[in-house]
Amino acid sequence: MSRRAPLGALLLTVLTLLAAPFAHAIAPTRMPTPALEARYERLIHNFRCMQCQDESLANSPVSLAADMRRQIRQMLLAGDTDAQIRHFFVARYGYFILFKPPFVLKTAWLWLTPLVLLVIGAVSALWFIRGRAAAVDGDDDEDERFDDGLTGPRKHT
Amino acid sequence: MRYFAPLAVFAVIVVIFAFGLHQAPRKDLVPSPLIGKPAPSFTLPSLADPQTPVSNAALRGHWYLLNVWGTWCVSCRIESPELLAIAHTGVVPVIGLDWKDRRSAAIRYLQQRGNPYQQIAFDPGGLEAIHWGVYGAPETFIVNPQGIIVYKYIGPITPGAWARDFLPRLRAGQAVSGS
Repeated sequence: MSRRAPLGALLLTVLTLLAAPFAHAIAPTRMPTPALEARYERLIHNFRCMQCQDESLANSPVSLAADMRRQIRQMLLAGDTDAQIRHFFVARYGYFILFKPPFVLKTAWLWLTPLVLLVIGAVSALWFIRGRAAAVDGDDDEDERFDDGLTGPRKHT
Repeated sequence: MRYFAPLAVFAVIVVIFAFGLHQAPRKDLVPSPLIGKPAPSFTLPSLADPQTPVSNAALRGHWYLLNVWGTWCVSCRIESPELLAIAHTGVVPVIGLDWKDRRSAAIRYLQQRGNPYQQIAFDPGGLEAIHWGVYGAPETFIVNPQGIIVYKYIGPITPGAWARDFLPRLRAGQAVSGS
């Protein structure tokens, strides 16, 4: 029995892992060709579910996400390009619907803020490091001046 | 003096957090890119009679509100008395877009609560709502006589919101005369 337990555990693990893909089958796929299928998959991962906001259309179980996936599927079947589909949703929901919004005037702050913060961080780090270095140098100078100021040999050493 | 820098950083963070908690625009209210753009035209079956089409092309030349609702939507129930009051004033016709709903349930709902809508378009599949950038219910659009979307309100209309967000826009467009 003690020999069988690990085997059972292993079997259970393997079977559970095999079932894992089905747990995510929120958007069952029905595209006629593998190429369309790949485009569909990529698109539904790039759009935000407007209702749950932090999930993609691919991962969202809400019915609005299902409607949007249906819209994407219909547009793909009708021969629309990825850019046309992206434009369709952006025109109706704004750049907010894209997980990776384009760099335009309206979204510039979004892309530039991390850079600005990085520069501020780098400058303050530099300032801090140089301040410490200067403080150490300053000590040395004072020591030298102190030594120079002595006319005779040091008193205590 | 050496404690000043951390204190200043702390103060800045407190200000940012206070702004985030109280002043920042609500993240769940996404501004619509359709403001100032032509309203998507639709022709959908009427809720009351599938044979009768409801089209917003027929509303050209008139101000109207398009109210997106459904019987499954709790906030719409909260909004319902205010919508009835608005309809009663006769200031502007309210067009309903019954979104992702069952016909029988919607008809029963309106019989019980009263019907604020001049016309109701029935969109059980929800594809028309996508054209309007709808992502929840209730949502209400103001459309002007040129067919341009002037404003979008997200959430149940309250008497305060009606006075603050709707009436001034309708007045500015001379949909309502006087004060």
